[in-house]
Amino acid sequence: MTTAIAPDMSAVPLRYSAPIGGVAGTSFKPAHLQAILGAKQQRGFFEVHAENYMGAGGPPHRALEGIRRDHPLSLHGVCMSIGGPQPLDKAHLARFRELVARYQPALVSEHLAWSTHETSFFNDLLPLPYTAATLRNVCDHIDQVQDAIRRPLLLENPSTYVAFRESSMSETDFIRAVAERTGCGLLLDINNVFVSATNHGFSALDYLADFPLSRVGEIHLAGHAEQADDEGDLLLIDSHDGPVADAVWKLYEIVIQRRGPVPTLIEWDSKIPDWPVLRAEAAAAQAILDRCRPAGLTGDRHAA
Amino acid sequence: MPPEPDLCFAAAFAPALLDPVRPAPEIVTGPNGKAAGKRYDVYRNNVTVSLIDALAAIYPAVQRITGTDFFRAMARFHVRGTPPISPLLSDYGRDFPAFIAQYEHAQMMPWLADVARIERAWLDAYHAADAAPLSPAQLAAVAPERLDGLVLIPHPAAGIVRSQFAAVTIFAANRDTSPVGRIDAATPEDALVTRAEFDVVVRHLPPGGAAFASSLMSGRPLGEAAARALDAAADFDIASNITGLIEAGAFTSIAFGDV
Repeated sequence: MTTAIAPDMSAVPLRYSAPIGGVAGTSFKPAHLQAILGAKQQRGFFEVHAENYMGAGGPPHRALEGIRRDHPLSLHGVCMSIGGPQPLDKAHLARFRELVARYQPALVSEHLAWSTHETSFFNDLLPLPYTAATLRNVCDHIDQVQDAIRRPLLLENPSTYVAFRESSMSETDFIRAVAERTGCGLLLDINNVFVSATNHGFSALDYLADFPLSRVGEIHLAGHAEQADDEGDLLLIDSHDGPVADAVWKLYEIVIQRRGPVPTLIEWDSKIPDWPVLRAEAAAAQAILDRCRPAGLTGDRHAA
Repeated sequence: MPPEPDLCFAAAFAPALLDPVRPAPEIVTGPNGKAAGKRYDVYRNNVTVSLIDALAAIYPAVQRITGTDFFRAMARFHVRGTPPISPLLSDYGRDFPAFIAQYEHAQMMPWLADVARIERAWLDAYHAADAAPLSPAQLAAVAPERLDGLVLIPHPAAGIVRSQFAAVTIFAANRDTSPVGRIDAATPEDALVTRAEFDVVVRHLPPGGAAFASSLMSGRPLGEAAARALDAAADFDIASNITGLIEAGAFTSIAFGDV
């Protein structure tokens, strides 16, 4: 086929990037740009918060273009307010679609949470009750996002500190229903599972046993911090400001053994370490992914 | 259209986020009947601290001048009274300079609001659309008799901040960590903010320069802009000013007549 056809620009840009398989990546932080570009190209991928690249131009886009040239990208939306009762912000959805078109990420994700009420944007991932009404609302919002980006979204399970009295289903039942109704994939944040399990007194292993692992297209690992609740009991904070906890690594290994290798991200958003520290966390995840590679896919190891 | 009654959780959850006097909402609880107070406070803290951090990231020179504790107290008032209305935090804080100007405890620093205005213009330039700046050769090619009616299209990153104080010098001295010498704050200084390619640059405009550049950037022809500049400063040098603006990357192209 050599016939030149004038492309319809509204349809052309939303191409899929090839699946990236069982590789480990990290958050991309601008402070690491020179270290990443200066090093030999490595296996892995980078994830960015979509909202940090919604400006018209300037250095952020130069940096992301530099990263994207040699690496797969994961676009992680933080502010879509999918779990909120009010209609999605159409302008924000359009900006999100533009980024998907421009950078052709391998992975696209958002949160089961809300951040905007009326006109106020709260800049946090706020929790929602799990009811028939919120389920319909979340599904409707995910349908709109997937219509806009023309590909499945990965929806991330939240970390929470409170429960709603009105909730009538478990979080895993809610998430499974969302995935079945909308066809979306799931981003399993194992640190969030551990944080919520501690905060609400349930078993992280039970949660993972109930979680629809076959729909998981990406895993997040991150560090957390410790506080206390009103009764003086341990309350974990999803702080993304340190290394992944040992207990979360153990849960991760269990999930990978059960699910097989899935793209895995080390999230680190505050008190950012030097690049080698972050890269070493990703290497630790990669070692688990490689160890759990299903039989028959280990040919490259024999050849080496 | 208000949400259906079963979706009122956000209306119940949101109001106390920025109001420390309100108790945690009744609709939430800890597990097994535990209290929700400190648990809900995690959200309050996340919201308030992250928005104060956002202002600190936009206004680093203001924070260096005031010190961290003063800045965070001032920013906390602003965050609680004026939360963001866009999920793009790079758009947040446009009202912060005006808030600083009337903030009771900042009255002994009357130039602080103008330093903040320069920082806000700096961030706008940083995120502005990319565009190739006008080259000096393009202006040199214009026939002299057409110069009077010449109109220059402003670069998306170009901005002007006018101040009755030495805001440019104070801004420049406080954007990094090097020691700050004595500054005569009473000298009026106007700023030109541009980003021709990668780096945002803040320049101090000469007398009349801000009137001149503002006229040009609002689409007025060169002859009219020069007259306004001469009204503002009798010794205004048109040639050096137009050259300076073009070299700074304040414009992208040339047109003629009113646009």
